[in-house]
Amino acid sequence: MFNDLKEEFIFCFIEGDRWKWLVDGFFITLQITLYSVLLGIAIGVVVAIVRSTYDNNAGTIRNPVGKAVLKVLNAISKLYLTVIRGTPVVVQLMLMYYVILVSVDSKVLVASLAFGINSGAYVAEIVRSGIMSIDKGQFEAGRSLGLSYTQTMIKIIIPQAFKNVLPTLANEFIVLLKETSVSGYVALEDITKAGDLIRSRTYSAFMPLIAVAIIYLVLVVFFTKLVSILERRLRNSDH
Amino acid sequence: MTTDNTIIKVSGLRKSFGSLDVLKGIDTEIKKGEVVVVIGPSGSGKSTFLRCLNRLEEPTDGIIEFDGVNITDKKVNINKHREKMGMVFQQFNLFNNHTILKNITLAPVKLGLMKKDEAEKNAMELLKRVGLEEKAKAYPSQLSGGQKQRVAIVRALAMNPEVMLFDEPTSALDPEMVGEVLEVMKELANSGMTMVVVTHEMGFAREVGTRVVFMDEGVIMEENSPEEFFANPQNPRLRDFLSKVLI
Repeated sequence: MFNDLKEEFIFCFIEGDRWKWLVDGFFITLQITLYSVLLGIAIGVVVAIVRSTYDNNAGTIRNPVGKAVLKVLNAISKLYLTVIRGTPVVVQLMLMYYVILVSVDSKVLVASLAFGINSGAYVAEIVRSGIMSIDKGQFEAGRSLGLSYTQTMIKIIIPQAFKNVLPTLANEFIVLLKETSVSGYVALEDITKAGDLIRSRTYSAFMPLIAVAIIYLVLVVFFTKLVSILERRLRNSDH
Repeated sequence: MTTDNTIIKVSGLRKSFGSLDVLKGIDTEIKKGEVVVVIGPSGSGKSTFLRCLNRLEEPTDGIIEFDGVNITDKKVNINKHREKMGMVFQQFNLFNNHTILKNITLAPVKLGLMKKDEAEKNAMELLKRVGLEEKAKAYPSQLSGGQKQRVAIVRALAMNPEVMLFDEPTSALDPEMVGEVLEVMKELANSGMTMVVVTHEMGFAREVGTRVVFMDEGVIMEENSPEEFFANPQNPRLRDFLSKVLI
């Protein structure tokens, strides 16, 4: 039994240097995840600020131009959230690759954009719930000292909101990491696609798929550990 | 225009929340060095009045002049004027994500009024004045209510304001901590700071106030020196109110 496994392992990964496919796929997966996390946070924070600024202040802004701009931005944000959350990420990925960015060569870039734009919608709602969880008094205290709306947001509100939503954000990134496994739909050889290629070449499903599963699991466990260290650090101010 | 020693002039101030008229025409002047204590039943609009002075509440109508500038004007950069109007809140509202020292230095440094080391030196001196210099590195959650409120006062003072607004500064405190906060406010008044204080502390109004204002139903019903105000109330509503709060 043990010998059988060993033989299969050698056959699947060592012969023809097929382990290299997994390594390459691993780095592709990491790359897409990293880029789309960064893009997702950037989009998410901006959309969350637009949405909560509109909800809290639409009535009190006196500059008519500012009011109109905010209204348009809010409408765009809402449309973005509806479309992105209302359609499957695989469909978005294929639309991006086969329709919108046909002329772009880099599959990693296309996939990162698709996953980043997708994740941004979820991050936006997470960050918005964080902003809403902060007591109004924090904001008023900042403004009463002469800080501008933006300064108060950046120095006072967003850091506290971020801390409050960190567990939920971490959850979103775990989901995102695993979601990149559909990259194979646009023939991008991420780790899942690599495992599948080995399966189709060797007609052996167990070994490559289990290997892929274990790699995801290790990645998620490692990432969860990182987040809990970060959480502990941020908790400093809670004593 | 206002005369030389008038610091805040309020004319025809109105504020409505939807169909609810909270302020129905307030006219008053606050002079340099005055300690104006605003009292009144809950829902009388006294907190709204105070919050309109630095436009934390946007007035529906009326004019507020601060240092001779109409700050209700659309073109005015309110942030510049708020730097000169310190505010202390009922719920303290210290920045939970910053240390006590950073709470105090954040605004002056960020707004370019002071360099970091200068602001920290100033903050430590102010903390010493309220007996909290050993808390500089602590976070707000590690402080008692009374300590938080003293820090909040220091935070406002660090901006070198021309006037200090207090919105029920002792209402959220445990009874044994009210004294330490009132003591700081009293010292501040004695140092000549112009103050507008919304409070239920009648003792403070009588002892420290230079003028007491009674508000009810969105208007100023009566205002007078503390001696006259408490000894000789004219308005029947004020008499009724005082009979309830002065037992």
